[in-house]
Amino acid sequence: MDLTQLALSLKYFIPEMVLTGFIAIAIIYDLFLKPETSHRIGFMAIVGLLVTLGMLYLQQGIPATGIFANMFALDGFATFFKWVVAIGAALAIWMSLDTNELANRRVGEYHILILILVLGMFLLVSATHIISIYLALEMVSIMSYLLAGYLKENSRSNEASIKYVIYGAFSSGIMLYGLSLLYGLTGTGYISEIQTQLAAGQVSPVMLILVAVLLLAGFGYKISAVPFHFWTPDVYEGAPTPITAFLSVAPKAAGFAVLIRFFNIAFSQGDPNTPSWLALPGLDWPMIIAVLSAITMTVGNVLAIQQNNVKRLLAYSSIAHAGYMLMGVVVADQTGIAAILYYAAVYMLMNLGAFFVAIQIKNIYNTETIADYAGLGFKAPWIGMSMAVFMFALTGLPPTAGFVAKFYLFRALVQFGDGFLWLAMFGLINGVVSLFYYMRILKAMYFDKMEIPEKLTVVPVHFNVLMFILVVPLLVGWMFGDPLSTWAAEAVQFFF
Amino acid sequence: MSAHLLTLVTFIPVLGGIIIAFIPREKLDAIRWTAVAATALQLLVSFVILGSYDRMNPDIQMVEHYSWIPAFNIEYFMGIDGLSLPMVLLTPFISFLAIFSSWKIPKAQKGYFSLFLLLDTGMMGVFVSLDFFLFYIFWEVMLLPMYFLIGMWGGPKKEYAAIKFFLYTLFGSVLMLLGMLALYFSLEPHTFNMLILRDAAPEIGQKLLLGMNAAKVIFMLLFVGFAIKVPIFPFHTWLPLAHVEAPTAISVILAGILLKMGTYGFLRISWPVLPSATLWFALPMAILGLINIIYGAMAALAQKDLKKMVAYSSINHMGYVLLGMSAMTAAGMNGAVFQMFNHGTITAMLFMLVGVVYDRAHHRDIDGFGGIAAKVPIYAGVVALAWFAGLGLPGLSGFISEALCFIGAFPVFTWITIFATLGIVLNAAYFLWSYQRIFFGPLNPKYENLEEINKRELWTLVPLAVVVIFLGIYPAPMLDLMSGTLNQLVDIVKTAGMMAGF
Repeated sequence: MDLTQLALSLKYFIPEMVLTGFIAIAIIYDLFLKPETSHRIGFMAIVGLLVTLGMLYLQQGIPATGIFANMFALDGFATFFKWVVAIGAALAIWMSLDTNELANRRVGEYHILILILVLGMFLLVSATHIISIYLALEMVSIMSYLLAGYLKENSRSNEASIKYVIYGAFSSGIMLYGLSLLYGLTGTGYISEIQTQLAAGQVSPVMLILVAVLLLAGFGYKISAVPFHFWTPDVYEGAPTPITAFLSVAPKAAGFAVLIRFFNIAFSQGDPNTPSWLALPGLDWPMIIAVLSAITMTVGNVLAIQQNNVKRLLAYSSIAHAGYMLMGVVVADQTGIAAILYYAAVYMLMNLGAFFVAIQIKNIYNTETIADYAGLGFKAPWIGMSMAVFMFALTGLPPTAGFVAKFYLFRALVQFGDGFLWLAMFGLINGVVSLFYYMRILKAMYFDKMEIPEKLTVVPVHFNVLMFILVVPLLVGWMFGDPLSTWAAEAVQFFF
Repeated sequence: MSAHLLTLVTFIPVLGGIIIAFIPREKLDAIRWTAVAATALQLLVSFVILGSYDRMNPDIQMVEHYSWIPAFNIEYFMGIDGLSLPMVLLTPFISFLAIFSSWKIPKAQKGYFSLFLLLDTGMMGVFVSLDFFLFYIFWEVMLLPMYFLIGMWGGPKKEYAAIKFFLYTLFGSVLMLLGMLALYFSLEPHTFNMLILRDAAPEIGQKLLLGMNAAKVIFMLLFVGFAIKVPIFPFHTWLPLAHVEAPTAISVILAGILLKMGTYGFLRISWPVLPSATLWFALPMAILGLINIIYGAMAALAQKDLKKMVAYSSINHMGYVLLGMSAMTAAGMNGAVFQMFNHGTITAMLFMLVGVVYDRAHHRDIDGFGGIAAKVPIYAGVVALAWFAGLGLPGLSGFISEALCFIGAFPVFTWITIFATLGIVLNAAYFLWSYQRIFFGPLNPKYENLEEINKRELWTLVPLAVVVIFLGIYPAPMLDLMSGTLNQLVDIVKTAGMMAGF
């Protein structure tokens, strides 16, 4: 644990260091910018993220390693999530460049906060020690609070931020209690060592279940699983829309990453990289998560049906999607985790897309109400068609990648055997329910007012480009051999 | 060249749809004629397929087999045999004619024809896929355009009809997806290849799923998916609504082709892959067929809306198919598939004719007409032909297939068949009674100036009439195409059933 060893770890930390460098430069550069030119930081942030992605690309081929005295891991699993998070952040910043919500205010620190949030998630997805997990989780949370409340004079945004803080502090407190119990029970903070201790069978099952439930409160809050979801609709509605879009995909993915890493290693026996892996006897956490998953998707879907505000509707739908992804955690073997990775990547595209449409419509027509979407499919045909693709993808219908993503999840569940067929049934029926509310948006856009306007709505060119970037992979990305599924399958590799 | 005929016949329409998307919306004629060209080309390719099809060979032909998603052993696998060929001929034929009955679609024609052509590709893909995953993709792809076609260009209750259709079918599809995955994992190595699954039928019949016989569980999962499409009572409630609210051409497609996908699914997957469960469920299936026949006819008899009557007649006619295919005899099986084809052509005529009178009178109330035969003699003549074909008059194609279904079913389900013949009487009753109320009696003065059927409309009906009359007099060419495969299918089910102790 000497200094040389820490210094040696730095060479595995290049993407994070590059990102930190960009953050530092951006903070200084922002001092010299006027409010009207502060959006330049946004361009800089995108460049920074692209360079970071390049560095991530250069890291491929490195075998799974522990860095900084094994406080963090560099493995395929973490790297996959880093890609998802960084791409999601770049797209969210792109969406922020031209939105009216952020017009006429300084946006320098807005973009800087997003970059710090990305850095936090990079750390979170690779954390392997309870302290590093907790610190990274707080780093992500605090940046999220700040960003949710970024529209200072907007009371909704303030409310979002305050609610977020209160729920967040509460659930991370509960989680911290769970972590301290775990430390007391095992005497170590490294999750792989915790596994060794727990597998020895010295800990009473009652304590184990208590710890698992306490930890689930913390992780469940990050992925907005029921019953830790109450903050979601209000925060999603109040936060600036690009931030809502980003919060709904990236921290959620990172939350899943840490949840899987923790449960798969600490509460199991055997090497998670091999099929011989098993959940810890005496702690049937797959069943706990299965129940959580069924409740989460059902509550999310049922509550989404009655929403009239697009952002709230998408908030509830994102709860439902957390439920779907939890189905993969239940299986938690190679196929299940690969299915979650695949789902997280596809979900990032389709949910960002849906929010992006909401941003554009808010920009042009200044509304978030579904009823006001009437006739938009004709006034803005390109936006309408893209929304159709996103809605079909979110429902999980072919020929979109949304279907393939869901298909992989169900495939993992059915392969698992008879035990969780009921959950697959739950998920499938929930997909049918979700069709109803996603189609409400399309119904408003296309059926409610069939008038072809004289003049079409004009959208900035670069927004059309971004829409194209979001739509095309969803439609054709999987059709030619599905490289993403191969990558996801290979990425299921933990540092252990 | 011949190696890619099936890919061509499937994807030509959607290419046309993409071209239409780039035509400016004011150029209406260009849009319409592109749609005509795409479906005409598809029809042409289907004739080439017919020409190069070897009717002596009952097995899969014109195979296209490539690895697609290797990580999960998913294949791009297409091929046709005597079961799919009639459908491969029917689909482009009906689609081509339906384009002409869509000529006067109001508003957003560009979107209409693009979606129409996408729908065409989805339907065709279902009939040529031999990989279950590919089959499922096409099966679902077809839902999206259908939702918009009903919801945007439909009647007064279009939104409700569209979402009901969508929810019902998707509910069936997700159960089918579960059944499909269960089949996939029942074999090592896992596969969606329908031929391998068929050959492994005895093995699948031995497995257990949730403590029950896997074949039966999977059969029931698939059953719901297919039954909603057919539709089998009590899963039929979406049908009258969707058929009535959809624009004419879409009702034609719905009744003419879409319903066949349900029975096709049974014969393509459930029958050969799960033969023991098929025999186990044969009697309930025959009874459901009987219910469809009687219930469909009674409901049709009670309708005041002409289009609704025709919609219920579809439920009635699909009952014959169910009865024929549950009997597991050569005659019944041939009758069932032949009835699928004939119902496609006949019901297309029926819906088009309803559309013709609706365009002029702007209502479809059967009692709201009266005596119009004198005003529109040509129309009355064509309707008479279609109505007689619908009630199964000898000399028209519907008679042959219905008779075959009954002949095939009689030795197996004697009493059910006897009751089912009652359906024929009811069938004749609703067609003749409605004809009488519309065309005979004193002329309703409102229709003093009713316009005669025009050339474009006649042109869409004459080819159908020719096929209906030709196959009614000389059905051998069509029966020859399919009998080899279907007799083999009957043998497969019976042999497997005998091994399983039926």
